Amino acid sequence: MGAGARWRHPLVWAWAATVLVFMYVPALCLLLASLTSSRYFIFPITKWGVAWWEKTFDSLEIHALFRTSISVALCLTVVAVVIAFCGALAFARYQWRGRTLFQRLVLLPIFFPQSVLGLALLLWFSALGLDLSWRTAVFAHLVWIAPVVTLVIAIQVYSFDPALEEAAFDLGASRWQVFREVTLPVLFPGVFSGALFAFLLSWGNFPLSLFSTGADTTIPEYLYAKMVAGYTPGVPVLGTVSTVGAAVLLLVGYLLIRLGRRSRRDDAVERT
Amino acid sequence: MAAGSRAPGPRFALPVLGLLLVGFAAPLLAVIGYSFMPERTFGLWQEPTLDNYASVFSGTSYISFLWSLALASATVTVLALVCYPIAYGLARVFGRWSPLITLLFTIPLFVSENVRLYGWVLFFIKGGVLLGTLKSVFGIEIESWLFTRGIILLGMVYVYLPFMLFPMTLGVAMVPHETSEAAADLGASRWQVFREVELPLSMPGIVIGFLLTFVLAVGAIVEAKVLGGQQIIPITHDIEIAFTYAQNWPLGAALAVLLMVVVGVLVIGVLRRFDLDAVLGRR
Repeated sequence: MGAGARWRHPLVWAWAATVLVFMYVPALCLLLASLTSSRYFIFPITKWGVAWWEKTFDSLEIHALFRTSISVALCLTVVAVVIAFCGALAFARYQWRGRTLFQRLVLLPIFFPQSVLGLALLLWFSALGLDLSWRTAVFAHLVWIAPVVTLVIAIQVYSFDPALEEAAFDLGASRWQVFREVTLPVLFPGVFSGALFAFLLSWGNFPLSLFSTGADTTIPEYLYAKMVAGYTPGVPVLGTVSTVGAAVLLLVGYLLIRLGRRSRRDDAVERT
Repeated sequence: MAAGSRAPGPRFALPVLGLLLVGFAAPLLAVIGYSFMPERTFGLWQEPTLDNYASVFSGTSYISFLWSLALASATVTVLALVCYPIAYGLARVFGRWSPLITLLFTIPLFVSENVRLYGWVLFFIKGGVLLGTLKSVFGIEIESWLFTRGIILLGMVYVYLPFMLFPMTLGVAMVPHETSEAAADLGASRWQVFREVELPLSMPGIVIGFLLTFVLAVGAIVEAKVLGGQQIIPITHDIEIAFTYAQNWPLGAALAVLLMVVVGVLVIGVLRRFDLDAVLGRR
């Protein structure tokens, strides 16, 4: 392997780097387009400026959009994490009849075109006579995001050693104590990444929001409407904000999980 | 409590199952129900009819259907070739850099896809980043590639890349190091190791990646709209038109049912063969 790997590995690195650049070309273009002070985007930019950033952040309309998007994403995160935590235990922790069937059922909404799911939910809400608002959007997001979060937490649950819980029970801990002192702390990295995923997936979701928000508008819906008709450099401004926001949240989350893991390892070393 | 603690599995499964029942099974049944309603009606309780299916099969929707399937197949093929080396790198080569690189591939997933596709519009548009640079730096002027079929494919490859990459990485990570080394020690060439050992053993992850990207790509709609102009009309566009401009919910529902059948047969057919514990838990 040695000789071949010497030239193969740099190639793999180079290819991954190329594709990563490809992944960030649009983000870069959005950033450039937001930094112009003219109304239309012509490259190379002649009049640089942050006027559109100020205008966007001062706009009351944009504030309302942010509120809607954040309300949806926060409510969704709380509900999705609770449901998915239970689901992940059923998915990966316990052996029970029907578990394999359950695992496949959980995957179905993920392996399903979201635009069709959004329409199906629209029909369903209308058959039930529900008024569409950001609350129905929370539910629509939940159908797709709760299974994703279940998978994210389940991956953590797979590495969970049930003997830890049993040992705590043997030492006389109550069910609640075991959950609070053993199960939750051990699974916390999974729950945390699950929550992060839930929030961000909801924040960026378009196909489900489109059919379920009614008169309320989330940021992706607003951006889509503006792209189709009525472009202003406010579009790339908001696009850049959501890209950078997602990146910062994820990087901070990743660092927190790593720090948490390290401090827990240090604790364990100190105790022994 | 005694009965409950004997069966914690089903009890913990309940919330998710309840959600799937109310939020997934019931809406799909509603779609099926609507597809049998008379044209341009908005209630669910009329005399059922097969008219919508008749008009689907006599109309031109099958062209959109074929386009969607063709585009999805092309997307999967390109992604398989693009992603395999990276998946291999993430599982084998990048070592401690792997988590960070994975993270960098994850970030774009959380930005709404229409926004990211708009980034490509700004890149390719006349006077945009690519053509503007070519013109001002090199003095070359070419036609914009925007609103061509190739660009739609590029957009789809771009949007669905992580959905191929991550399952594939899980698959490649399932191949034990020792197996490839043993094969090489026994005199297998690099290509033989790949074809006879690494590829078959990582198949579960690869097939899940294929399935996921295919299904999502068949349901894609924004790529063709934002990047493609009207060069390709995917089936999802027909469905949306029926629901919005045409105000013909039953017809849209019939189209959606056909799409659901294709997706459902594929997904259920493939997933039932897999041991998900092995793919996700690496046990």
